[in-house]
Amino acid sequence: MASIETMKVGDALPDLAKPPVNRTTLALFCGASNDHNPIHVDIDFARKAGMDDVFAHGMLSMAYLGQMLTNWVPQSAIRSFGVRFGAITHLGDEITCSGKVVETFEDGGESHLRLELAAKDQKGEIKLAGQAVVAVPRKGE
Amino acid sequence: MNTALLGSKSEAIKVPVEAGQLKFFAKATGETNPIYFDEAAARSAGHPALPAPPTFCFTLNLARSDPFAFYTQGLGLDLGRMLHAAEDFEYIAPFYAGDTITVFETLVDMFEKKGGALEFYVFEGTATNQRGETVVKMKNVLVHRNG
Repeated sequence: MASIETMKVGDALPDLAKPPVNRTTLALFCGASNDHNPIHVDIDFARKAGMDDVFAHGMLSMAYLGQMLTNWVPQSAIRSFGVRFGAITHLGDEITCSGKVVETFEDGGESHLRLELAAKDQKGEIKLAGQAVVAVPRKGE
Repeated sequence: MNTALLGSKSEAIKVPVEAGQLKFFAKATGETNPIYFDEAAARSAGHPALPAPPTFCFTLNLARSDPFAFYTQGLGLDLGRMLHAAEDFEYIAPFYAGDTITVFETLVDMFEKKGGALEFYVFEGTATNQRGETVVKMKNVLVHRNG
């Protein structure tokens, strides 16, 4: 892996592959994240709302993208992090997180990388498209 | 859309950041980096306690007796028709287990797409620590499916 200090536009950070989403994943995340919306855990509620089954919390995959970032840089380097939720993540979907550098810039005396992020399923469909800005540590830090 | 609702604020709640919930969040998300669930590893990495991970402010904002009352009772939205469209975080300072975070959000924009079939609600949230320092700013977009 390229060290963050030498990364340039087009370079990728290490992917993060997660296991398939199952009902236990959603039950645990419901409790742990305080997102008790029954549409993610109660199939009766989901069907009444017109869905075929429960589906994953978008914030679960955003947490996965966050892990990809914090596996790579200390969290304190992350200046901003955002996503658009493009498609629903269904039971059985396997999310893989990826990211690449799309811009390098200076701001307030700090070097930064702008990253483009994606969480895709096993078919390559983009579930979340995002971006983040991370500060590059100065040499010797 | 009832634009008179613009500027509506959720109740500001004061939430203790608990080590147990951070560990549960780490388990639920398959976290493998021990600084997020092992106090000794966190301290070795220079943290005073377990750090809150990047999306945790969203979770703190839902630490309410009814997490969605602002949307359902306050704005009249139907939970079964709501989807999360976007989420953004701006990080100002870290926060840790043992901190107390005050969080609320404000409805700042609303618009329709597809001839009113989709209604979008944009919220800006602020999380402040026990010293009155803003730690995270959030932007949350919800979409409500009509018809």
